[in-house]
This record gives sequence, C-alpha cells and structure tokens, in this order.
Amino acid sequence: MELSVFDKSLLNLLQGNIPICSRPFAAMAQELGTDEGTVISRLRELKAAGYLRRIGTFFNSNNLGYAGTLVALQVEPEEIVTVAEAVNKYPEATHNYEREGKYNLWFTLLTRDVEQEKNILAEIGNLRGVEDMLRLKSKKKYKVNVQFKLN
Amino acid sequence: MCSSNLTKRDEEIIRALQEEFPLCEEPYKVLAERAGVSEEEFLSRVKEFVAEKKIRKLGAVLRHREVGFKFNALCAWEVPAERLDDVAKIMSAHPAVSHCYDRNTAPNWNYNLYTMIHAHTREECDAIVGELSRLTGIQSRQVLYSKKEWKKTCMKYF
Repeated sequence: MELSVFDKSLLNLLQGNIPICSRPFAAMAQELGTDEGTVISRLRELKAAGYLRRIGTFFNSNNLGYAGTLVALQVEPEEIVTVAEAVNKYPEATHNYEREGKYNLWFTLLTRDVEQEKNILAEIGNLRGVEDMLRLKSKKKYKVNVQFKLN
Repeated sequence: MCSSNLTKRDEEIIRALQEEFPLCEEPYKVLAERAGVSEEEFLSRVKEFVAEKKIRKLGAVLRHREVGFKFNALCAWEVPAERLDDVAKIMSAHPAVSHCYDRNTAPNWNYNLYTMIHAHTREECDAIVGELSRLTGIQSRQVLYSKKEWKKTCMKYF
C-alpha cells in the first residue's frame, strides 16, 4: 500500500498529540479538511497495513512515581543465556540487550519504588556468572520522542 | 524521588489509557467506561496528567520498518560536566539519534551521556559516531553494538 499525500499529513498529525476532547477524530478531520468518518476508516486501514506500531498513551515513568535505571552487567560468556533469561522473567525489566564489550548485558528496570529495585538487583547480582554490575540513573532526558516526519 | 500522589481512580484511568487507543467516534468514552468513571471526569483528568507531565504523549508511533534502520548501537560518551547540556543539544539534533540522556558514572566507568543511534549498516553507524565526535569535540566513548535483543516491551503500570 502506497501512502498518499493525505495519509502522510494524517500520520504526521497523529504522531503529535491526539486532541483531548469528546470527538478527537472530528477535530483532526477539521484540521485536515475532511470528515470524521474518513479519518477513522483510513486510520483503521493504515493500522491493519502495519504502518502504526502503537496508538496510545506514552507515560513519563518518573512522574508516575516509578524508579528507572539502566543496568549494565558483566557476565561470564558461558552464563550469558541463563542470566539473560533470568532478567527477562522480571516484568520490571522492559528492555534487555546483549552487547559487545566488557559489560555484555544491558537492561532497563522500571519499579514502583527504589526498595523493589534494590531487591531485584540484589537477586540478579547473585546469579551465577554475574561478575560486575553498573547502576546508571538518568536525571536529564534530552531526546526520547521518536518521530519520523513523512514528506 | 517525587511523590506521584495518584489515587486508586487515577490508577484505573492510567490502566485504561495504556491499552491501544480505540479508533471510533468517542474513544475517550470507551476508555472512561473501562476505568469506571464518566467521560467528563476522564477527559479532565487526562488533561491534568498532560499538564503535570505524567503523560509524555498521546498519539502514534510509526513502525520504522519502511525507514529501514536495521542497525542500532548505544554509544556512551565521556563529557565534561560543564559541557553536558551543550553537547547533548548538538547530539540530539542529529536525525540518526533517537534517544539522548545523561546517566551517572561509576568507578572505572566515566561515561555520562548516552545516545541511541540508528543506521543501515555497522559502517554507517561508525561514521555517525565519528560525525558526532567531530561536531562536539568529544573523543572518549564506548560504542555498544547490540548482539541480541532479549526483550523489548512496553511497561504495564499499576
């Protein structure tokens, strides 16, 4: 499916913010010079065709009171699979990547509070093959919003 | 750690919001019903969440399959503290950089700025790292190429 000029303006608008009102797609339609039904049916088609990874709400986890950390582990190469699988079992571990270098397993941890983070990291630190752990906290997020402008 | 001051009702609203956004005429009404509150209360609470920066964005993320970036690397940079904001601003402006944030250092780990770089090939990724280095004058870095993605999920809150 080729994207039309209309599709591209629709997707660019949708990558910004959906209006917070009773009929948001009618408000978007007005901006695009079309009607509500066209916007909704075209969005359903674009979604079915796989152009949209997700339509929804993206939260700022810190402001919901969650604690976030990037954790780097130095793992003995022969234990990397068991350690990676053990990390994956925690719902609080949202991203987990094996990477090149001394620190070879990198994951992000998001917990309700710092206490839970400490407990989980203590468990992971005790896994066989884990030789070192870095806890890397962020204070300033300079760029986090992934947008691809379609021309 | 800032306190979030969320009530049980707020948590219900957040739970409803983190599901896929309904594509219908009155999407917020559908979500409000799931949260067990009126549409009016739901809308006013969502506006407050945006104002309080609890919500970063309510919209779409496109699949960047058509853009074709297959290669990604996390690059950790060692930046003098007084240049952090300035260097981060330059790196963030680069179109190949999707994420840029600071992190604390650790013993034997002096890197304090991280960029996620997207490219088509490893060579292209190296070239972008070189370009960021030239643009900012920051030499000391670790390019952490991903070998395997073990997990990539969206957080479920509450």
